[in-house]
Amino acid sequence: MRLPRRAAPVFDGPESATADGADENNSNDTRTLVAEDTAVKTREQTGRAQVIRSTQCTVEVVSDSGEGAQKCGQTFGAVSAKMGNGVWTVEIIPAEIQPPPRSPAGASGNRIRIGERVVTNWGDRTNVCIAFNEQVLLARHRLDAIEDDAILLVENMWATHSDEDIRAEWTAAMEELGGAGYRIIEVPMEQECLTVVDNARKGKNMFALGILCWMFDRDMDLTREQIAHAFRKKAAEITERNHQLLELGYAWADENLDVRIDVRPGLSAENTLVMNGNQAAAFGAVAAGMEMAAMYPITPATSVSHQLGEIFYKFGGIVHQAEDEIAAVGVAIGASYSGKVAFTITSGPGLALKTEFLGLSVMAEIPLVVVDVQRGGPSTGLPTKVEQSDLLAALFGQPGDAPHVVMAPATIEECFHAMITARRIAETFRTLVVVMTDANLATGVQPFPRPTLDPAWQGSAPDMSAIPEGKPPYDWDEATGLSRRFIPGTPGGMHTLTGLAHDGNSRVAYASAINQKSSEMRSRKMAVLQSTLRPPEVYGAESGDLLVVGWGSTKGAIEEAVDRARAEGVSVSSLHLRFLSPMEPGLKAIFSRFKKVMTVEINYSDELDMPYITEENRRRGQLAWLLRAQTLVDVDCWTRVLGEPLRPGAIHDVIRSNVSKGGAA
Amino acid sequence: MSHSCSLLAPVDEDQEFHLDDYEGARARWCPGCGDHSVLTAAQRLLVDEQLKPEETVFVSGIGCSSRFPHYMKTYGFHGLHGRALPVATGIKLHRPDLNVFVVMGDGDCVSIGAGHWVHATRYNVDMVAMMLDNNIYGLTKMQTSPTTPQGYKSNTQPQGSWLPALNPIEATLGITNASFVAQTAEWIPAHLFATLQAAYRHNGFAFVRVLQRCPVFTADIYMDAVRNPEMIDMLDHPDGVPVPESLRQIYPNHLRHDPLNLSAARDLAADTSRIRLGVFFRDEGLPRYEETRHLPAHTADDKIRILNEELDQYAV
Repeated sequence: MRLPRRAAPVFDGPESATADGADENNSNDTRTLVAEDTAVKTREQTGRAQVIRSTQCTVEVVSDSGEGAQKCGQTFGAVSAKMGNGVWTVEIIPAEIQPPPRSPAGASGNRIRIGERVVTNWGDRTNVCIAFNEQVLLARHRLDAIEDDAILLVENMWATHSDEDIRAEWTAAMEELGGAGYRIIEVPMEQECLTVVDNARKGKNMFALGILCWMFDRDMDLTREQIAHAFRKKAAEITERNHQLLELGYAWADENLDVRIDVRPGLSAENTLVMNGNQAAAFGAVAAGMEMAAMYPITPATSVSHQLGEIFYKFGGIVHQAEDEIAAVGVAIGASYSGKVAFTITSGPGLALKTEFLGLSVMAEIPLVVVDVQRGGPSTGLPTKVEQSDLLAALFGQPGDAPHVVMAPATIEECFHAMITARRIAETFRTLVVVMTDANLATGVQPFPRPTLDPAWQGSAPDMSAIPEGKPPYDWDEATGLSRRFIPGTPGGMHTLTGLAHDGNSRVAYASAINQKSSEMRSRKMAVLQSTLRPPEVYGAESGDLLVVGWGSTKGAIEEAVDRARAEGVSVSSLHLRFLSPMEPGLKAIFSRFKKVMTVEINYSDELDMPYITEENRRRGQLAWLLRAQTLVDVDCWTRVLGEPLRPGAIHDVIRSNVSKGGAA
Repeated sequence: MSHSCSLLAPVDEDQEFHLDDYEGARARWCPGCGDHSVLTAAQRLLVDEQLKPEETVFVSGIGCSSRFPHYMKTYGFHGLHGRALPVATGIKLHRPDLNVFVVMGDGDCVSIGAGHWVHATRYNVDMVAMMLDNNIYGLTKMQTSPTTPQGYKSNTQPQGSWLPALNPIEATLGITNASFVAQTAEWIPAHLFATLQAAYRHNGFAFVRVLQRCPVFTADIYMDAVRNPEMIDMLDHPDGVPVPESLRQIYPNHLRHDPLNLSAARDLAADTSRIRLGVFFRDEGLPRYEETRHLPAHTADDKIRILNEELDQYAV
């Protein structure tokens, strides 16, 4: 074991850990990872490990693609959740299926952030990282993903590898990493694992899990159970071997490591589910009584259909994998037109392809739910990375005036519930509902309260009673624009639905008054829906210097940043929007109580200190565009497109700088 | 296509449907347009088969021929250019009992919607898919279509169509799981009707290419064939469309062709020196997607119970 070159002092967190003298293993200064170099002693010297108490800690497990780091990370996260820790797990995914081994771009794995209480986002930089080679570790270092005082555990077989180039890469990497001041611990993973398995490539992940279990004092019985569950579809001896590797890692850590981290479980794990946002959306779709998911494979949306593919048939539902994105939405529309509860799932490029059909759904008033799991764009963009840059496309991407509903769940739990709301709105208002999630929600894993399922969510069969003679298929209520759907099979309802301008009888009509009237009816429905929405809740004080407005997956990070800033006395609050069209009511009144309003988003915006950029030509964050247009408030924005979720620390910095320069002025 | 499910029939079982029960708005195609013949044949078919108007859906795309549903008094879906087949597939996946007819032009079917044509053929969902092929874009005023004969002049290719025309019958016969492929002509109403009837009665995806004249832009393409029945071969077989009695004398060339013989069908389709009408291929033994995917319905309480069991696996 190599001793650290320099011990950096502070564990960064939303709040510093509180000292708890009752624990005999607690170091006196719980904020300090290692007080000074000499504090780090081998077990032989001290006889026991130093224990660092913290309210939260972030761990990364990274490897080449295919070495199982994700299984290790997921298991660690699941066990932590079951023990009662708050957990947020997010995948670190390379864009390629099999990137070359030992390449920084190929880093694959998980980040797991655990806390005493609920963890709402992936945090800032990692405190602990286990890497199966030094190149993937280097990748995380270069992405500024590692905390200054982090503990890094790295497989050291590469140091003595027979390939001279690899040895040279190791030396260079360790030099670069060493300069950063991390506490680096070399681990003979390969050598140890070979005592149990022939091919250590298949076993290091469980060995690494054993190390983490020792470091974080995880419940080993729970861990063994979790492993058995993860490998339930494989032969029994695989589970057994993985248990051996787990214990080997635990024993190695007990023998060789001298620092443990204590993040106490402070939550009840009762009645809690753990899953990612795509799984939550899939289960939400079932709970909402959806009967068909028509889709075409696209990252990062596809795993919704994987989940449904496993279970949907048990409910009589089908996943229709269409020949293309357009056919997927076309089949969903055809099914919905004939009375089925259908939705389609896609991501940015697919949303673009579906555009024409979305317009038809609006024009002909066919209920439809579209889930857009956003990734980086434009074009093919960043397929596996998070972005929130589809907002304006989802709102206004359909040529012509196409009023419809756009919703954005903010948490994994909301991915579940949004599906139920979306279906109800789509049917009640005969409208298109776009549900916008993103790669962060899609792949993030978090425990959330188990919903109590309501049979009423399943909805009832559409009204197919005979239509009275003379009743038109668009019998718009003058005030609300609402009308009954005429579904094929319904006696007396024969008419031809059309995407052309039409009158109440669905007859093609180019007369100006009719087009004005039908446009008004379609638009009115949005106002009616808006009248049923509640004003959004302000997080923090109802007035102040700065209001940060967000939407979608950034909620946890924004609120954590607000908490940190408020703890410093900064007058900041935040507000998170779930409805982007129609927008939740009362925004202008809320905005008026703050000196400054700004959005924080994961999409691109210019900054005023950039060349050529002026107030007049500045391109702003997408929600900022929308809020400025809707409220006439001079809403500012701070956005980033780094291909990763926003870090609460970065938002915290933005809050500080905006209050000192703008808000308080 | 199978007949309607009697369980879903309205109370009035004895009601007899007449031609005017199927007549919608007055057709506004040009005088002499082939679409009129197809409309008449379709309405006659519905009378003959006594299809309930409320259990019949005509789905179309965009183009002259796609106005078709408006002229019927059934349910109609006049959607997007090229996208009639996915919509029709969605309808049948939910309501296999409905009688679904798809009306597409050549632009719809083998150009902008060509992907759907290939895959709908493979899905083999029980419906009649008519391709009303006048070899030109008419509604947008004479642009070359994939089936425009090579050298034929249009507004977009005024020097003449650059490429050999796509052969929709040959191409459809090349698609795995194709179950019914036929060709007929709008100027031979008895054959048109017999072909649509065979298509309707086929259990699976029945692809029918209807050769058509556009009186404004392509009146000349089939002029010789209209005047000279010798140019046409009638495919004749009891399992396909037997040549109607009224036509046996007028069309003297009968080719005995067993519609189960796929390779003979492909040879007949590939040879474009002759115009061949009738059923090229027909096989009712092929899997139908809507049948393969059919699942029993569950009650809401059942679903909640099963969902709770599934969620148990994600419980902490």
